[in-house]
Amino acid sequence: MMDGFQFESWALSLAVFLPMVGAAVLLLMPKESETAIKVTALATTIATAGVGAWILANFDYDATDKLQFVVDKPWIEIINSRYHVGIDGLSLPLVALSMLVCILCVVYSWDHFPEPHNPKAFLALLLVLETGMNGTFIAEDLILFFVFFELVLLPMYFMIGVWGGANRQYASIKFFLFTLFGSALMILGFLALYFRAGNTFDIPELIANAPQMLPRGTQMWIFGGLFMGFAIKVPMFPFHTWLPDAHTEAPTVGSVILAAVLLKLGTYGFIRIALPMLPEAAVAWAPWIGLLAVIGIIYGALGCLAQTDLKRLIAFSSVAHMGFVMLGISTLTDFGINAAVFGMVSHGLITGMLFFVAGSIGERYGTREMARLGGLLVQAPKLGWILGFCAMASLGLPGLAGFWGEFPAILSAFHPAEGLSEATFRVYMVVAAIGTVLAAGYLLWMFQRTAFGSPKDEFRDAHIHDVHGPEWIAWTPMLVLILALGVYPAAIFDVTDGAVQNVTAAFQAVSGH
Amino acid sequence: MVASLLAAAGGADGSFRAPYLDYHALAPELVLIGVLVAVLVLDLFVGEDRKVLVTNLAGVGVLAALVPILTLAVDGSNRSMFGGAYVVDEFALVLKGLFLVTAYVVLLMSTNYIADGDYYEGEYSFLLLASLIGMTVMASSRDLLTIFVALETLSLPAYMLAGWRKRDLKSNEAALKYYLLGVLASGVMLYGMSLIFGYTGETTLTEIAGVLTQLESTPPLISIGILFIIVGFAFKVSAVPFHFWAPDTYEGAPTPITAFLSVASKAAGFVALLQLIYVGFIANSDVWGPLCWVLAALSMTVGNLIALRQTNVVRMLAYSSIAQAGYILVPFAVAGESAEALVTAQKASVVYLLIYAAMNLGAFAVVIAVARKTRSGEISSYGGLFKYAPGLTLLMSAFMFSLAGIPPLGGWFAKLYVFTAALDAGTPAAIVLAVIAGVNSVIALFYYASIAREMWMSPVPDGDVTPVTIPPALSMALAITAVITVAVGVYPPILTKLGNVAILALG
Repeated sequence: MMDGFQFESWALSLAVFLPMVGAAVLLLMPKESETAIKVTALATTIATAGVGAWILANFDYDATDKLQFVVDKPWIEIINSRYHVGIDGLSLPLVALSMLVCILCVVYSWDHFPEPHNPKAFLALLLVLETGMNGTFIAEDLILFFVFFELVLLPMYFMIGVWGGANRQYASIKFFLFTLFGSALMILGFLALYFRAGNTFDIPELIANAPQMLPRGTQMWIFGGLFMGFAIKVPMFPFHTWLPDAHTEAPTVGSVILAAVLLKLGTYGFIRIALPMLPEAAVAWAPWIGLLAVIGIIYGALGCLAQTDLKRLIAFSSVAHMGFVMLGISTLTDFGINAAVFGMVSHGLITGMLFFVAGSIGERYGTREMARLGGLLVQAPKLGWILGFCAMASLGLPGLAGFWGEFPAILSAFHPAEGLSEATFRVYMVVAAIGTVLAAGYLLWMFQRTAFGSPKDEFRDAHIHDVHGPEWIAWTPMLVLILALGVYPAAIFDVTDGAVQNVTAAFQAVSGH
Repeated sequence: MVASLLAAAGGADGSFRAPYLDYHALAPELVLIGVLVAVLVLDLFVGEDRKVLVTNLAGVGVLAALVPILTLAVDGSNRSMFGGAYVVDEFALVLKGLFLVTAYVVLLMSTNYIADGDYYEGEYSFLLLASLIGMTVMASSRDLLTIFVALETLSLPAYMLAGWRKRDLKSNEAALKYYLLGVLASGVMLYGMSLIFGYTGETTLTEIAGVLTQLESTPPLISIGILFIIVGFAFKVSAVPFHFWAPDTYEGAPTPITAFLSVASKAAGFVALLQLIYVGFIANSDVWGPLCWVLAALSMTVGNLIALRQTNVVRMLAYSSIAQAGYILVPFAVAGESAEALVTAQKASVVYLLIYAAMNLGAFAVVIAVARKTRSGEISSYGGLFKYAPGLTLLMSAFMFSLAGIPPLGGWFAKLYVFTAALDAGTPAAIVLAVIAGVNSVIALFYYASIAREMWMSPVPDGDVTPVTIPPALSMALAITAVITVAVGVYPPILTKLGNVAILALG
């Protein structure tokens, strides 16, 4: 070895490709040795998280605005695309979230894989998903970003389509087609950026040069392409219709990953790519994004009130919560975007937990129809209280993580960035505030219908297990984090702020001249 | 040009002097001819039960022909013969390599198919090799006459091979349709060539380009000539609206031959188009640009929309290959916009052809493997494949999603590069075409995913879950195509380097 093994330069690549290697190993293992398969999968996710922990420990928290652990190597020279990865304060919390959720999902599925069972294929897909998610958050090249962004489609498609509920085939193809439509337009936007802004796909380089090189008109239509790609993924109203179907039909683990990480790929794309590269277009588009965001908040909330299925209700609440995130982003302020990143993390934890609990309830009762449920606190009090805790967190109770995603996002709309109409955003602020009231309404209503009262006749004599071992292991870290981040939100804000200031610097430059 | 060729051949005293022959440059074709003769002779002497030897000999021979390709590539010099009518440059070598590897994979796919089906084996290999020789010649043809001869050499054996399942009416129909429309296309093309020759007095592409670039604008006669030639090749590559033969021929022909037609024969058509357009008619983008735009847009859209309705997997793949031809035509449509776009466009078409060959051959290899058990080409017969053939399911999913262009499988880069070519040109027409291509790749996903849905999510139709037996030759074909498809998707440079060198020397 000439210069020794530089773990710094390998850490991120390991964090991305270790799960892929694990998936390949799983494929080579015989299908019958299920325990070995589960152990291998768990070991892979833990090893990946170990690399993640090393990154967390060695990350320079005084330079959160700088890309760290950077690797920049040639990849596809014919189009000048490079294997450029790096991690900054914006990526760090999301990568950590993704790694954590993947471990917990393996643990949760330990002894109850959904039909048609087959842990080998299920866990292999989960590991491929992890590669795609981790990779998207650290890619610093648009083509690399695109490949990872798309890499999550296939495993999620199969996860929903094979292990999902009754209507799984429809839901899985709908998810796939919607996302692919968006990314087809997104990739055209990427190529336009390449040809109009210096023949490069390098994200930092484009952030530095594209705003000056692209006239406003060009920015506007490129932003349109990127908007379609990211907004469908978020999903924003009116592109959200794939989400309730996908969530309702997906197996529990699929729903959790979808809610906790996949939706963030869209919002992350806005913050990492669309806003800083196309600031003039972002200012022009912001009021419309804000409008769709608040429509999403209200629509999602009203949608929740109309649901009878527990999972579908949580899915609609996702539309509302991602509306808050998008509202924060649309203010184009430091405050708003920080809130949005916090919202991404807290929504990931809280909604992920809600889907876990909903999955467990569905498994125990054989139904998720809220009209048939009731008395959870009587039959499985711990499960019931966890549901209550998550509902409180989700409605934005101060002291829990949800609050710090929602409240600052609303507040940030009071003072949007320069160049945006204050009046418009204050209207959005009021509407979003009404949305929180509705959120309290539907979440409490949901909790009351499933947990309070006494069990319905059909389940009166059923034996309902309370929270069991793997569930405790899978849930405790998330519950602790929901509480910890609620009490000490600076843990996230301090990390993200530097990177977010990089993003907002682009807008100050725009309003400067 | 014919006259100059004859003049060169005839010495000063009027006696015949043989034209210069570069045997190294001709070595791949000569090897193939040797193998062809050996196959024919061996077939006479081996008994019915050992005919597999003949196929094996053909396969080894095809691989042997790759050796001179490699030595020529290492040598690296451009070789030109017969007054520029036959050129061996990097473009030619890359595409000859493609044809040889494709033919090898097709032979692997055929080995058991033909033996099990009780069809003539020796003659089958012979005709396949004959067609292959036409293709390798096509990659070097830079003269209207050479192109025509190469085209007929590759087409005539293919007409017969399409009817190889001779006791099956569908196969008879396949051969007849293919033959009649193929001959019609040849006639149309030959008429176009005669117009070009009539106007320019030249047959060599560089000479034709020399005359045509002198002209201020394209005369109607030349426009009609170019139109007819492109239409002739549009039949060959099954571009809409000249695609009507393809689904019936593909369905009726023996499946390995369908793979051969949809990959090698189609590629040969594109090779001819590349040479004609980028060498001969380089100055006339006002004629072929819009024509290719329409062909590309129609092929993608119509191919995909009809593919959605198919219930037979081979017919679906037939329409899919029509749509794929549309993607390959996209760079042609935008190439005329600028010198830079011209180069990107050529690379994009070649890269697409290379990647398309791997994934499409792979898909057909799986179809052959599955049909060994199910004896059916219906998409519904793929139901529950995952339960009894997880390996084949994984491979088929990979090939389908690669054709759909989903990363990290090879097809994504082929599509991306076509988009790159379109946006490099950057004109409104090019961008509209790119958007049409983008929307089409979403439509296409639906039918590619429908195969995956059957395999992964549907029950086994007849409840029979005995595993599929895959003979070694077919496994080899699957392995080659799968490795290329995945490797290119993860690390595209392994093929893009080939696309990078495969640029036609202009003018």
